[in-house]
Amino acid sequence: MNEVYSINGPVIKVKNAKNFKIMEKVFVGKQKLLGEVISINDDHTVIQVYESTTGLMRGEIVYNSGEAISAVLGPGLLGNIFDGIQRPLHSIFKENGPYIKPGTNVDCLDMEKTWDITLKVKLGDYIRFGQIFAVTMETSLIEHRLLVPKNVSGEVVMVKPNGSYKLEEVIVQVKDKNDVIHDLNMYQKWPIKESRPIENRLPLTIPLVSGQRVIDTLFPIAKGGSAAVPGGFGTGKTMMQHQFAKWCDADIIVYIGCGERGNEMTQTLDEFTELIDPKSNKPLIERTVLIANTSNMPVAAREASIYTGVTIAEYYRDMGYHVAVMADSTSRWAEALREISGRLEEMPAEEGFPAYLPSRISQFYERAGYVNTLSNSTGSVSIVGAISPQGADFSEPVTQNTKRFVRAFWALDKELAYARHYAAINWNLSYSEYIGDLSKWYNKNISPEFLEYRQRFITILAEENKLMEIVKLIGKDVLPSDQKLVLEIARVIRVGYLQQSAFHKDDTFVPLEKQLKMMKLILYLERAASVIVKEGKAFSLLVRSNVFEKVIKVKYEIPNDNLDLFEDYYKMIDETLSAIK
Amino acid sequence: MNLQYIGLKEINGPLIFLDNVKNIGFEEMVEIRLENGTVRHGRVVEITGDLAAILVFEGTRDLSLTNTVIKFSGKPMEIGLSKNVLGRVFNGIGTPIDGLGPVYVDEYRDINGEPLNPVSRLYPKNYINTGISSIDGLTTLIRGQKLPIFSGSGLPHNDLAVQIVKQAKLTGSDSGKFAVIFAAMGVTNDVANYFKRSFEEAGVLDNVVMFLNLSNDPIIERLLTPRCALTTAEYLAYKHDMHILVVMTDMTAYCEALREFSSSKGEIPGRKGYPGYLYSDLASLFERAGIVKNANGSVTQIPILTMPNDDITHPIPDLTGYITEGQIVLDRDLHQQGIYPPIGVLPSLSRLMKDGIGAGYTRADHQPLMNQLFASYAKVMDARSLASVIGEDELSQSDKSYIQFGKYFEKYFISQGYINRDITDTLDLGWKLLSIFPREELDRTDEKILNEYYNHSEAVATFDLDKSVIIKELSNEEM
Repeated sequence: MNEVYSINGPVIKVKNAKNFKIMEKVFVGKQKLLGEVISINDDHTVIQVYESTTGLMRGEIVYNSGEAISAVLGPGLLGNIFDGIQRPLHSIFKENGPYIKPGTNVDCLDMEKTWDITLKVKLGDYIRFGQIFAVTMETSLIEHRLLVPKNVSGEVVMVKPNGSYKLEEVIVQVKDKNDVIHDLNMYQKWPIKESRPIENRLPLTIPLVSGQRVIDTLFPIAKGGSAAVPGGFGTGKTMMQHQFAKWCDADIIVYIGCGERGNEMTQTLDEFTELIDPKSNKPLIERTVLIANTSNMPVAAREASIYTGVTIAEYYRDMGYHVAVMADSTSRWAEALREISGRLEEMPAEEGFPAYLPSRISQFYERAGYVNTLSNSTGSVSIVGAISPQGADFSEPVTQNTKRFVRAFWALDKELAYARHYAAINWNLSYSEYIGDLSKWYNKNISPEFLEYRQRFITILAEENKLMEIVKLIGKDVLPSDQKLVLEIARVIRVGYLQQSAFHKDDTFVPLEKQLKMMKLILYLERAASVIVKEGKAFSLLVRSNVFEKVIKVKYEIPNDNLDLFEDYYKMIDETLSAIK
Repeated sequence: MNLQYIGLKEINGPLIFLDNVKNIGFEEMVEIRLENGTVRHGRVVEITGDLAAILVFEGTRDLSLTNTVIKFSGKPMEIGLSKNVLGRVFNGIGTPIDGLGPVYVDEYRDINGEPLNPVSRLYPKNYINTGISSIDGLTTLIRGQKLPIFSGSGLPHNDLAVQIVKQAKLTGSDSGKFAVIFAAMGVTNDVANYFKRSFEEAGVLDNVVMFLNLSNDPIIERLLTPRCALTTAEYLAYKHDMHILVVMTDMTAYCEALREFSSSKGEIPGRKGYPGYLYSDLASLFERAGIVKNANGSVTQIPILTMPNDDITHPIPDLTGYITEGQIVLDRDLHQQGIYPPIGVLPSLSRLMKDGIGAGYTRADHQPLMNQLFASYAKVMDARSLASVIGEDELSQSDKSYIQFGKYFEKYFISQGYINRDITDTLDLGWKLLSIFPREELDRTDEKILNEYYNHSEAVATFDLDKSVIIKELSNEEM
């Protein structure tokens, strides 16, 4: 019998055990706490326990399961909220009341619910791993495509008729080349730390459009790409993730709340349930999976939550969907690694983090991608990971190592947040390496001018940055008029374009067409104003005419569905400026 | 299973080690009886084979390897609770110290609590009126929120906490059932007495439960003090439908106790010697704030922490800020100018306020007013830093008007003394201050709201403005 020998927080050891496998799922003690084997030597086996070990005794039995920690994949995931080890929180609430007690054991998916299934294979068909064999409407938005599980391929020898079935019912049987019969039901298990296979990877050429101007215009992310959002506390990381999750044009959102606030997760759940997706007129929750492992839930489960989330994302990708994963925050996940590593008395590297931190981070972000799936379709997983650097210092290990593996970096800035400039993305520190790969798409689908204008914006902002160094020393008044104009236009860009209100009904999501028109209007103003300045007219005349303020307020004044109103603004600019002449 | 063990194997700091123990549970409570009959308490913190490490809360002074008898209780630490705890004073581990005898017990609860299921939480929305402009107006406190005060040594954080407790008014129908739980960790006798006296003066003492671990009390007890306080809070809130405000001071002393405990256990230290699990540990306290579905009570937390050397990037304020829903930061400069409460409004933030203000809660113009005040005050800071380089005289008219606004904002809005100011007065005052500016400067606000609240001439009349600085129009700006 395998008995508990030592207990130190979430880490327990078993002495003289020979029959454990690494990463195997185990149940610990009388309460059957869920655990995972993390190291083995000939003397003892180390297990991390995903639940509170308070009250656990030496000598309690550790039970083998023979399988790795796995996600249960099938219809019923969407619209649900799970903890880090995929226990559905709604069911736990119904069964146990407001608190999560150790040893809680509930089915990950509702096994009693019936689904209307349409079979996609017939007798005699040859099917293999990853192919679609049946479909069902999981929510009114998303068709769930049932995929043939791993290690199954062969001839279909039994097919049930279309109809209502429970998850566990066998609907298809397959005979493989050794004449072994495999039963296919409506769910499958997949080890969370193993990425799901694909046919091949595709280049990233399509942007993941979010309607957030500073992202779409300046620092876009591609479908299948990855981005990091670092920021100190109070800089709006979570708000930013929420905005992105609400509005980005992915089919499915997997939102992982990893070691964050409980109230925040409640808010996400409430908001996503109430919010109506503008594209489909259905609640957002119908295309969302929430994973909540709040900061006071067991730390080892926090480590697992990231993997659970991305495994679910890959599963929907394999059906041919575009999935966006929001991980808030990866720093808490890294800290969970550090905490476990400390309890194992491993030699720490930088700031107490284990030496394998970079490899774990890269393994996570590498699960993003735009791919040809085994079901002959294309799908993608995009990952946006928030980082909470200690003391808002971007030189700490998690930020630095993440920077190596993501290609879009949205640095949130305390100063901007203090001035309530949201989204507080600092345009000088942020970057996106995707812009080159995406240029073709922008040119073809929006306009070749889009990237031209973008470049002009960046130039103006960089120029402002340089001028501000001077202004800080000697004040704005002594600058010549043309430089004053640069500052003023930069202000219009900052306040009128980059700053975006998540609470304004039109400003919260802005389609690319409107972004293009706004840029065009601002640059038109720049050109027209510079003519006035060149003529030697006093700059104060321009300021007094209020033309800049009017252009700043365009974002609120022009609704997304009436872009013709832009014409009025061109007229307004012409009239105002000719009055100065 | 009341087995008793005589003698120890090792004593190391607050830890004692016991050999050949069987059938003990992790984090189980133990009683340690000394030769002279005194009893101390401890908790099992690690089990390795037959060896158990026990943390002694009252310290290991006078313990020897032979003079102790150890009794295991068979369960984790619990606290006995009933409604009678209201008005009582306890020490850091929940033993009454007010001389009124033991408390009648209705229910025992594990002080560690259990994680709240996010699904069972209600998202906090009702605001608490504190009567302090810079809090009500700009960092509104919401029922069920955890909003810490980041302070420094010598700053009036205690006065502010007392003022909040005295003035806090719940809005809505159930405003009657309100109680305060005060947890002192490592504070001096004076401070504890100050709180007690203030509660007495305010006539709220019958609705206060105090847990006192003073600076000369055993340090390790501090690890239990907030847990006892929060368990009591949860009991009163969710069993007796009361709205509980938990004031915990000083969290820095708590974290230092945790560091001491961790290093005596020989754990690998993280930043500044604090253990790697400081974040998880603090979260297990702060996350106990909230509102639960099917209960009519709430737990609101105001932890107070003194930032070592006023450094907001120190691990304690840093990690706290990542867990709590905002922060109220006290500013030493404002304090030195004699401004009370010296709340630095720019770094202060309330994450939950956006859903608890506006029409139906405070007033429809609250959000735009707040945005505009923040934006304008941020520019004041820019103007001031410029003035410190080139001198105030050389500033442009626009910058001068910001400097002037900053002065009045601090003088009238932030500095309010011990007056209880109604939320409508706060909002009106805010608009009056913004009306100092020419209308075009208010670029965060839409026209409709400005039409209703903007009144430049009134502001000029009220504030006795320096006429040369008022810019009705920008025509007098050079060139």
